[in-house]
Amino acid sequence: MKGNEALAEAAIQAGCRHFFGYPITPQTELAAYMSKRMPKIGGTYLQAESEIAAINMVLGAASAGMRAMTSSSSPGISLKTEGISYIAGSDLPALIINVQRGGPGLGGIQPSQADYWQATKATGHGDFQLLVFAPSTVQEMVDLVADAFDLADQYRMPAMILADGMLGQMMEPVEIRSSSDRKPIEKPWATNGHQGKRKHNVVNSLYLKAPDLEALVRERFQRYEEIKKTQQRAEEYLVEDADYVVVAYGASARVSRSAVNAAREKGIKAGLIRPITLWPFPQDAIKRATQHVKGFLTVEMSMGQMVDDVRLAVNGVKPVEFYGRTGGVIPTPAEVLGAIENLMGGAK
Amino acid sequence: MNKDLNLLLAGFGGQGVLFAGKVIAYSGLLEGKEISWLPSYGPEMRGGTANCSVCISDKPIGSPLVVTPNVFIAMNLPSFDRFINDVQPGGTVLVDSYLISKKVERDDVKAFYIPASRLAEENGLKGGANIILLGKLFRECQFCSEEILDQALQKCIPPSKMHLLDNNRKAIRIGMEYEG
Repeated sequence: MKGNEALAEAAIQAGCRHFFGYPITPQTELAAYMSKRMPKIGGTYLQAESEIAAINMVLGAASAGMRAMTSSSSPGISLKTEGISYIAGSDLPALIINVQRGGPGLGGIQPSQADYWQATKATGHGDFQLLVFAPSTVQEMVDLVADAFDLADQYRMPAMILADGMLGQMMEPVEIRSSSDRKPIEKPWATNGHQGKRKHNVVNSLYLKAPDLEALVRERFQRYEEIKKTQQRAEEYLVEDADYVVVAYGASARVSRSAVNAAREKGIKAGLIRPITLWPFPQDAIKRATQHVKGFLTVEMSMGQMVDDVRLAVNGVKPVEFYGRTGGVIPTPAEVLGAIENLMGGAK
Repeated sequence: MNKDLNLLLAGFGGQGVLFAGKVIAYSGLLEGKEISWLPSYGPEMRGGTANCSVCISDKPIGSPLVVTPNVFIAMNLPSFDRFINDVQPGGTVLVDSYLISKKVERDDVKAFYIPASRLAEENGLKGGANIILLGKLFRECQFCSEEILDQALQKCIPPSKMHLLDNNRKAIRIGMEYEG
C-alpha cells in the first residue's frame, strides 16, 4: 500500500468519517482513496473549493464532535493555517496531514522537511501548539494516525502528521488494525443538538475581554505542560554506547539509519535518535544522550530547522552540527556518513 | 538470492517501469522479506523518464531511494546514460537492447542485452517489454521462487486487467528463456 493510501485507511479505521480536502501533489492519493471509500461507509468526502474552505469544514465537523480531518501538502497547509489557529482557539480536536514538498512559495513537488518550523512553532497566529507526529515508515503512518486522533480528543487540540513526499509515495508492507476495539471519547462540549435536554454548548474563539482570553490561553498552556511531560516520543537506535548521535525524523531518519549502520561497519560508534513527536519535542531522550555522547549531528531535508530544538535540548554541553539537503533533494547515506566523519574530526 | 536487492528500474513513462517494480516488490513481500517501492513522481511522468527504486532485504530498510543499485534495468537511453555509472561494482545490468544500442563500457558489472521491446512485438505482447525483462531478471537473480513470482503477478494485475494475466506469464517465460 502507498503511504498516502495507508494514511487514509488508517483514519477510517480510527473512526474518521469526515474528510475535507483539495488536491495537491504529493498527497493526492490520500484524497483519491477517501473519495472512493467514504461514500461506501456512510462517511463524507468533500473536495472543497479551496484549502481554506476545507479546513473550515473540518472546524465545523469537529465542533459537532465528529472525527474530522484534512490533508494537503506544504503550500496548501500555509493556506489552512488561519483555520488551524481557529480550531486551536476553539479547543477542537482534528487531524491535519501535511505530506511535505519543497518550498517556499509553490516550491517543487519532491520530498522535503522544510515545514518543521511551521508545524511546531507557527502554524497560524496566536499562542498555541499542535501535537505533531513524524512517522518514518508506512506502518508508523498508520499507527500514528490512530494515536493522533486519540490524543487530539483527549487534549481537545488539533494534531498534525508531518510526513513528506517520499513517505507518501512509497509502498511498504503494512498492517491496519480494525477500529472495533477503540472506544470513542465522550465529547460533552460538542454542538450536536441539545433538544432542550441540556444547556446549549458554544464553540468559539473570540474573547473580547483580555483577562478572559488570558485565562483561557493559560489553561491551554497547562495542558501543553502536561503533554510535554507525558507525551514525548522518540526511537533510540544504537544510542546506548554511541559516541556520535544523529538526530533525524521521517524520511531523513531512514537515510540516517543506513548511514549509522555503515558507520558501525567502519567501527565508528554511531547511533540515531529519531523524534516521533516533534511537538512535544523529545528533549529528554537527547538530554540523556548528552551524558555519554561526544557530539550530535542533525540531519534534515531543509536548511536546518529542527536543529534549533536539538541545540536547546543539548544546551551547549556538546557540539551539535547540521547536515541537510533542501528543495526536494534527498540526502544519500554516503553524504550523511561523510557528515558523521566530519563531526568526529571537529568534536575531539 | 542471498543478499539484499537494491534495484533501480528506469525508462519512459508508459513502459510499465513502476508496474514491473511493484511485481518484484510483492514477490519479496510474499517471500516474507522487508521491502520498499518508491516511484519517481511528478512532471517526469509526462513522456519523460520514469523510474522506481525497489529494496528487498532481510533487515528493515533504511533509505528506500536506491542511489547505488546492485541491479539496474534500463529501458531507454537517457536512463541508461544517467544511471549506468551509479551501479555498484559486481552489480547486474539489464538493457533493452532494441531501444538502447550502446554497450556497457564498464567491466566491473555483469551486463545482459535483451531486445525486450522487439521480442514483445514479435510475440503479440505489445507493452510487455517490462515483464520480459522481469523474466530475465528472475533467471539471473532468483529473487524469489517461480511460484511466488506468479502469485505476485496475480496480486499486482488489477481485476479489470486480469485477462492479461496469461500474456504476462508468457512474457516472463520469454525473458527467462532468452539467451544473451
